[in-house]
Amino acid sequence: MSVLVLAEREGKKLKPSTYQAVTAATAWQLPIDLLVYGDDLDAIATEAQQLAGVRRVLTAQAGHFQHPLVEDVQELVVSIANQYTHILSAHSVFGKSVLPGIAARLDIAPITDVIEIQAPSTYVRPGYAGNILSTIENHEPVQIISVRATAFRASNRGGDAEVVAVDVPPARGISQWISEKLTHSERPELNSARIVIAGGRSLGEEFNALLDPIAVRLDAAIGATRACVDAGFAANDLQVGQTGTIIAPELYIAVGISGAMQHLAGIKDSKIIVAINHDPDAPIFKHADYGLVADLFTVLPELNSALQQN
Amino acid sequence: MKVLVAVKHTIDHNVKPNIHADTGQVDLAQVKKAINPFDEISLEEAVRLKERGQVSEIIAVSIGGIEAKDSLRHAYALGADRALLIETDAQLQPLAVAKLLKAIVAREQPQLIFLGKQAVGEDYGQTGQMLAALLGVGLGTFASEIQLNGDQIEVTREVDKGTQTLSLSLPAVVTSDLRLNEPRFIKLPNLMVAKKKAIETIAVSELDVDLSPRFNVISAREPQQKPGAIQLASVQELVAKLRQAEVLQ
Repeated sequence: MSVLVLAEREGKKLKPSTYQAVTAATAWQLPIDLLVYGDDLDAIATEAQQLAGVRRVLTAQAGHFQHPLVEDVQELVVSIANQYTHILSAHSVFGKSVLPGIAARLDIAPITDVIEIQAPSTYVRPGYAGNILSTIENHEPVQIISVRATAFRASNRGGDAEVVAVDVPPARGISQWISEKLTHSERPELNSARIVIAGGRSLGEEFNALLDPIAVRLDAAIGATRACVDAGFAANDLQVGQTGTIIAPELYIAVGISGAMQHLAGIKDSKIIVAINHDPDAPIFKHADYGLVADLFTVLPELNSALQQN
Repeated sequence: MKVLVAVKHTIDHNVKPNIHADTGQVDLAQVKKAINPFDEISLEEAVRLKERGQVSEIIAVSIGGIEAKDSLRHAYALGADRALLIETDAQLQPLAVAKLLKAIVAREQPQLIFLGKQAVGEDYGQTGQMLAALLGVGLGTFASEIQLNGDQIEVTREVDKGTQTLSLSLPAVVTSDLRLNEPRFIKLPNLMVAKKKAIETIAVSELDVDLSPRFNVISAREPQQKPGAIQLASVQELVAKLRQAEVLQ
């Protein structure tokens, strides 16, 4: 019995969610193999080798993995799946896209968005926009699981895993990568930042001018509500909530955010929630640890200088 | 060209479900149900393709009990040409749903298959990906923009830090994200006409698919709520509290 963890990379580095996925996989107390795929894996393999708890790093190097396509990664995983009783990935955009298809091809039901592995085949996952936590007993002979990365700590370095190259099946050729438009931000990524400050629609055109200085000072990621994104004040990829990014930072500062159910679903696992809103009846205060009823246009510059003083 | 749109009749996205005191499970018996919002977006996209002359027929398919006809009528009112109900009262899991949809694809031979990126409710987010894998066709998840070009479809997808564009050979499966479009407002006359349209019913037994559950939801609970915010009087007090809690470095 052993576990296959699907890694994800960003450029020449592993994504933080891969470190968290490895931690999740240790719950089974079985040998763990970490599968990395790409067109140039030297740096990635060296990094992956060091993850504590990993037995072997499997490298699948091929030109067509420069921009990995769901169909090709599925083909790769299915080609080695018979060696594993457990297959795990992060519940990231790529994990969400690739894992259910792997499961279907093996005629196995996957369990997605797991936040806790309670027993070898018992999992906790949220549903109903985070309003319900379900405990699931999975009877499948192969456990295929995606985990919400923020629910697990990142695994440490200090390992020294063996690196093994695996054969790569040919590209399927039914889909093609055309292009990517990624925003290059100086700010940390939303789903792995230690501190997130987010704004609602009421910040209007001042969204960046008000939040940026504080985010820089705190080394925080910037988030936004759906209404704020829809109104064009913030970029799409800043959306936090059920249909955007689900986050669990140590500190979440909600500015001018009323606290719609869909937004709360994306933040409720944050360790400390601070709500700043001019409306004392805003639902966000029921879900926050600290509240400040105030006008955000005066409070945010104040907060910026208060942080500067210390 | 035919388009198939999967439609789930599910808990209304504004409703917060309760846990049944006796069963310890989510109580869905009395909750308000509606078409899954992401499926409505899929239908809207199919209708727009038809209005541009790129699609000849839109088939909406739902799986469930008789009450799922409500969502299929909604699909008719939005502009579907034909509606199918795979009738069953069983609580189906995503793998079984994907297999049933595969059987419908074999029957109808659509070139493009739309599903929502997830259904509101259990939020599994699996069915579209499973269907594509079972069919052996290309997949574009989290679509925010699509363009049909002959026997290819270009799908722009929402990824972690922006968007990615893929080109898929048809037939293909696309799962709709929120920003693909904004579904049109349904006019009352359309809804009245939709009520009179026939919905073809297919018995689940006709499709010869193993529907047995693979996992059990053994219990459900509500997450722990915070007791409510401690109201602070000033920014200085807030900064002091955060330093105390050691979240500011």
